Parts: sequence; structure tokens; C-alpha cells
Amino acid sequence: MIEFRKEFFADERDDDLNEIGKPTRRQDILGHVTGRSPFFDDHQFDGLLHLRCVRSPHHHARIRRVDTSQAEKMPGVVRVLTGKDVPTNLNTLLSLLDFGIDDEPILSDKKVAYRGEPVAAVIAATEAQARAAVKAVRVDWEVLPHVLDVEEAIKPGAPKVLDIYPNNKFIYHGKYDHQKLRFGDVEAAFASADHIVEGRYQMSPIEQAPIETCGAIAAPEQNDRYVCYTSTQALFFSLGTAAKVLQTPSSKLHFVGGTVGGGFGGKVDSIHEPLAILGAMLTGRPVKYAWDREEEMQVGAPRGAERWYIKDAVNRDGRITARKFIGYFDSGAYTRLSSYAIIKGVGHLPGPYTIPNVYADVYCVYTNRTPATAMRGFGITGVDFAIETHMDKVAETVGLNPIELRILNSYRDGDMKAHRREAKNCALVECCQVVAEKAGITLSAEARAATSLTGGGGERARIPNYTATDQNGRVEGFDTGSYARKSGSGPAAATAQPSTAQPARAPQPGSQPASRPASASRPEQAPPRADPPAKPPESRPAASRSGAMRFSSLSGFRRR
Amino acid sequence: MMAKTPVNFTLNGNDRAAFAEDGQNLLEFLRRGVGDMSPKYGCGQGTCGACTVLVDGETHLSCLVLAETVDGKEVRTASGLSSPALDPLQTAFMEHFAAQCGYCTPGMLVSARALLDRNPRPSREEVIEAISGNLCRCTGYEPIIQAILAVAEGRARA
Repeated sequence: MIEFRKEFFADERDDDLNEIGKPTRRQDILGHVTGRSPFFDDHQFDGLLHLRCVRSPHHHARIRRVDTSQAEKMPGVVRVLTGKDVPTNLNTLLSLLDFGIDDEPILSDKKVAYRGEPVAAVIAATEAQARAAVKAVRVDWEVLPHVLDVEEAIKPGAPKVLDIYPNNKFIYHGKYDHQKLRFGDVEAAFASADHIVEGRYQMSPIEQAPIETCGAIAAPEQNDRYVCYTSTQALFFSLGTAAKVLQTPSSKLHFVGGTVGGGFGGKVDSIHEPLAILGAMLTGRPVKYAWDREEEMQVGAPRGAERWYIKDAVNRDGRITARKFIGYFDSGAYTRLSSYAIIKGVGHLPGPYTIPNVYADVYCVYTNRTPATAMRGFGITGVDFAIETHMDKVAETVGLNPIELRILNSYRDGDMKAHRREAKNCALVECCQVVAEKAGITLSAEARAATSLTGGGGERARIPNYTATDQNGRVEGFDTGSYARKSGSGPAAATAQPSTAQPARAPQPGSQPASRPASASRPEQAPPRADPPAKPPESRPAASRSGAMRFSSLSGFRRR
Repeated sequence: MMAKTPVNFTLNGNDRAAFAEDGQNLLEFLRRGVGDMSPKYGCGQGTCGACTVLVDGETHLSCLVLAETVDGKEVRTASGLSSPALDPLQTAFMEHFAAQCGYCTPGMLVSARALLDRNPRPSREEVIEAISGNLCRCTGYEPIIQAILAVAEGRARA
């Protein structure tokens, strides 16, 4: 049962919050209970073709040759796609926000870095025919050593998952091989602490497992556009990604979404739309690309694994005076959203507690596992599990009730957080008091009297006079460039240390004449059109890429 | 050329006839062949329950049923529940917030209807047992259980 204690927020809000605590009928509920809500796969098309991918059976392998000749002769097969059919066969999801370097092929043609990575796509009249033809594609693999553990992956001599990032670590701000947080001086606090409490915590990858698997159907429209019905939970990511990798202006793409059969973060990666649309472009027919359940579980990007080391300095009375984190996010084979998840996670450290000295080194590590992506609170969930488990360990060490310990160390209004923002609207003390009451735990008089409104600010509002900084993990000569400013094209400075061959920037949508894919042959059955479309070069308004700034302000991240 | 089998059956009380493809399952047949989109694909292997339909009053996972085996039988799906008026279960699901994404909902409603048809006053345990073959990732099940119990206990508006 939800119990709403409005009195805690009496001084914060003047609305009467009259919607909370009452059931509200969803606007889409009638469609749901009558089975009429239009999920992507509920749209029917005559002559629908089915696309299925040929996937790597290896964690890590070089592709010597892909032979599609047998598959092309199979019954029902209309077309077999490989990497050379994809106009811009390299992308990173957050390039749309100008963050990160394109690292992931749509259909890999040089090597694969995780089991299940797609290397070709078969388009056939029925799903069964597509499945049969997938088995007939011959791939000549050169199997490479692989690495599946974050700490193994960053050891010298570990298999190189991606060529563009040195030592299997994402480069932050073009400068460091990890995201740093420095606040005060943890080493000084450790030296004078009554107790040092250390812990190691880890979380396995977690699959979002929506009941509707991810997928999209694309079809030529009568107006020289392509319609795409999709399960995406990030419609504009999918639209932008499709426009980019297909070198097609987004005005030629008509996306229809919004009815999502469960997403939980697993439907943001924009995997299906580009291939379904490419299939429609090259065959002139409607094409469906959807994962079956096995693919959803094997290649669907999960919440990534994390490993955390936490070290606390603790006074005899339970006050935590320093907290140090070393964290490893398992990004899997490609970046997707892990680099961003870490920025978000580091902004959250050291959890909802006022600790005067905080230190964190958090690494985004590439391994030969399935690439990780978003899932409900990603960037926070794993480290919160570590922090709260560690709080119990600290409580045990000093002999305090775990709820008392949390109240003692909670943020209060006006406190300075480690990322140098003032804490506002705190309510952890009050939550702890209710938890104790419900659990039948008698708190001390001080803990009962504590409030989030008092005891904060003052000394606790100060940024430390001295913060210990360092150049650990500094990477010289690494150019992350900028898609928005079109800088960073071509190889990095020859002095780059460690050697980091930079990929040429992939062409951006609108940066060249919008045309059909260069490698695209004439569609076998041309989409119906009134007249041959004139496709003039389209200029892109300069203001169309303001995403980077908005992203910066959201995350506290700023490109340096 | 693959063989096609004529299938004559009733769907939600109406006589229907359509050709089933060779080896086609009932789920694909209903969706592609007949045009009833209410049964959903979630796994294709009888795990999730999103494709649940009634065949002669019994719940079946339509992804595991050969289409041609329903020849001469009565099939009911979630899309037939609202004819002529909304089923009390549908109203109760609306009022109890028993659906979020809505993808498992048709299968869930079919299982619940089958339960109430054979046992109009089920216990909470019997409700849980009846929907145990239907996976839901959004609701945590409790609102669904409450909605079904509300109908069973006559608390829901018909």
C-alpha cells in the first residue's frame, strides 16, 4: 500500500498533489484490454519479407570471407546483405549527442567482438526460408583469443576488443582512461581513521526481457518515403540512427512507434530500424526484422555487469569520513550507453551520504561480452547495491544498527555533495525513520529527533579547502573529435601515446548529397512512385545539432 | 510449393474458413491468416503465455498448436471478449491498473476468463495458479490478481 506523507514536503511544494494515492485510468488501457493496441508487429503488409541475421558463433574472431552464394540460391531468398551494403557501416548511439566515436558496424565485415554479432542478413519470403538461408551462409573465421572479465581485459597483453580505444578502456574527455571524482583528500582521512572498512561487490548482466521482442517493419510509401513501425522506446534515436547509417535525410523516413511491449531500457539501441529500412530500400518491399526469444536473450543488450571496490574511513561513532571507489563497468564489445552510464553513476557517488572526502576512478571496460545498454536507473543500480551492502558492513564494524548508521551519515538540506552541488529536498532521514517504525526497530533519541531540514549546511556546505588531484590514467594525443564541429577527422596526431589509430569520421547525415546507398543496386521491385524523385543535396541547418549542449547540462558533463 | 490445408472453425462465435500453411502454428494462422492480432508472440516456445487462446473452452498456447488441428473447433481470443460489451474482466483490468505495456494482457485475460468460466468464485491461490503460465514484466502481478478477484467477488462493475 502506498502511504503518502505530504507533511515532509510541506515547505517544498505548493500544489496539493491530489493525483497521488488514487488510481488513474491509463489513456491507452482500452486498446490494451481489447487486444487492439497497435504493436509494431500488428501492422499487416502484403508481400512482407522477413530478415534474419547470420551471427558469429565466436566471442572474438576475424572475418576472412563471407560467402553468400549458396544462400542467395535458396528458395524464397530475395536478397542477402553484408556490410558493404550498409552506406555508413559504423555507428555509436551517442554520436547523435556528439559523445563518443563510431565503433560498431551494423553488419560486421572485418571482425566480430561478441558472440551473436551480425555479419550478414538474409531477406526471404517467409521466416522459415530466412532461417534456412542463414544456415547456408558460409563464413571463414579466424578465431581470436577473447576476454570476458573487466579486470582481465585491462591487464597488459589482454586481447584487444576494439582498435580505437587503448587497453580496452573508453577515453573520457579525450584525456583520461577513466572518469574521475576528487573531493577532499581520502588518503589523509584513511591515515587518521578509527576503522578502515573495505569491500568488493559485483553484479552480473541483467536482461530486460520484455515480453514483446525488439523489432521493426519498414515499407516503401507512395510518397518516396519509407514508413517504419518499430518497438523502439527511443523513437528519435532510432530515426537519427537510421538517417545516419543509411545516409538518408530523416525527412524521407516516417517513423511510427509509441506502442512498446515492455522496454525497460532494452529498446533504445536502434538495432532493427536501419536494417529493416535498408531491406525495404534494396528490395522495394516491406521488410520485417525482429528478434526471436533466443536472440532477445543472447544478443539483446543487457544492463552491463559492474564490479566495485569500496574503501571507507570510519570514526568510532559511525561517522564516515572518507570513501574511495574503484569501479569497472563491463561495456561488452561496444560502447552504446555505458560511457554515459558511468558519468551518471559518478555524479551519484558516494550515495545519499555526506562524506567530506570522496575519490572515484571508474572505468568503462570493453570485453568480448554482449554490448551493454540502458536498463531502469542504469549507472546507479549496481553501485547503489554496492554502497548499501557496504553501509551494512560499516554498521556491523562499528556496532550500530544499520538504520542508525544511515541516519547519522545522511545528506541534509544544504550539504555539499561530492560533485559540488548543494543537496536539496533531502528525505533519507525521514525514510529511514519510517523503515525503522515499520520494522519495529527502536531508534535512539537522536535518530528519532533527526530531520533532513536541520543539521545540514554550515561546515557541511563547504567545498574542501584542499582536494588531492592527480594525472593517473592520463592519455596523451587521443583525439575524440566532435561530430558536431566536424573535427577529429583523419588520423590522430602522430605523437599519440599510447598508439591510438583514429578512425576517419564517418559521414554524417546531410553532410553529403542524400542518395541511395552507393552499393545499392536497383531495387528488384521498385517501390511505387509517381515520378522519379529528384534528390538534391540537402544542406543541414547549423542549429540542428544542439544535442551536445543539452546532454551536457543534463549530466553535468562538459566536453573539455 | 508447400501444401495448404483448409481450416473451418469458429472464432469468437463466428464461422471462419482460411488456409493454413504447411506446419503453420495457430498463433501465426490467427494473426496472418485470419487477421486477429490479439494473441501475441513472446517466445514461440510455450514459455510466456502471451499467445494464450481458448480451444473448445480450454486454454492453449497457440504457438504450440498446429493450425490445422482447430478444424471444426471453437476458438476464443481476447478480441472476442468485448463483444457485444466489455467483459467484466476487461473493465476490472482498466480500473485496477492491471496493464502497463499491455502486451501480456490479451493472454492474461483469456486465462482469467477460462478460470472464471469453470470456477466463478476462485480463491487468491486459484487465481495465481490460473495465471501462472502468463508472464508479465511490468505490473508485478498484484494488480492483475486484484482485478480478477474483484470480478470473482462481484466487486467489479459488470
